[in-house]
Amino acid sequence: MKLQKATRCALFAVLELAADPARQLSANEIAEKFGISTNHLAKVLRSLGRVGLVEAVRGAGGGYRFSGNARRTTLLDVIQLFETIDPIAQGEREDGDDTPEGQGLCQVLTEIEDTARATFASISLDTMLKLVSRYR
Amino acid sequence: MSTGQCRAGDRTYVIRLARPEDLPQVVALDVEITGIEKPEYWNDIFGRYSCSGDETNPRASKTRLNRFFLCAADGDKVLGFIIGEIRAWEFGSPPCGWVFAIGVDQEARGMRVAEMLFQAVCDRFRKAGVTKVRTMLARDDTLVMSFFRSQGLMAGPFIQLETDLAP
Repeated sequence: MKLQKATRCALFAVLELAADPARQLSANEIAEKFGISTNHLAKVLRSLGRVGLVEAVRGAGGGYRFSGNARRTTLLDVIQLFETIDPIAQGEREDGDDTPEGQGLCQVLTEIEDTARATFASISLDTMLKLVSRYR
Repeated sequence: MSTGQCRAGDRTYVIRLARPEDLPQVVALDVEITGIEKPEYWNDIFGRYSCSGDETNPRASKTRLNRFFLCAADGDKVLGFIIGEIRAWEFGSPPCGWVFAIGVDQEARGMRVAEMLFQAVCDRFRKAGVTKVRTMLARDDTLVMSFFRSQGLMAGPFIQLETDLAP
């Protein structure tokens, strides 16, 4: 499974900021760490700001800081701001879906979608930070 | 093993083996959580999984080998329960701890009761010599799945499959 670039940027930014909610980081600092475009990240941070997951801090030493609830926010909450991970469940249809073969294929793909959704929905940012710490 | 006192704010509770007098409260908790009454199931589970005596004293204990039914209790009040056992060689799986039931009273949420129960049953699994713990739960049970995730559980190498049985 592959997540879109904006989604990955958002997850990286949120995890980086949520690791220390008191810390402020600029878009540049976050972008540099993950090797992503600062412009792209700035747009993503604005989207995250609109839903209250991060807030912009103005002035000298300003930047962004985490303003959400890491125990209550799941990976799915962040991902869904940028993409749909279960297009069939969301009603998207493709050619051939009404044939028996298409219906069988939809059933298999729905199984995969359901598992992906359940996985993302059950991992909070707090849990994800614990997972990340295993790799440090 | 986690059998000592646990503290949450100004409340304390202990994790201990389930006792016969706990059963009505465990059943009530299960009904509250699942909405399904199943007294026969619980009588059977209690008969097969409960132990008695002092765990720390093998001579006095009537523990059931590799089966664990624990309660978190504040005095006589049951705050939560967990049930697990050690299963071995199912489709080639080496012995591992299985947790198949956990429940916490709504009023005791936020007291880390589930975490203490889970750690306590894991302590017993470890003591019995296994190095892995597993569970299976409904895909849409986000609350419980999030709890197990927070304890470090990830998808394992086994997958659950099922089908409808034709009459």
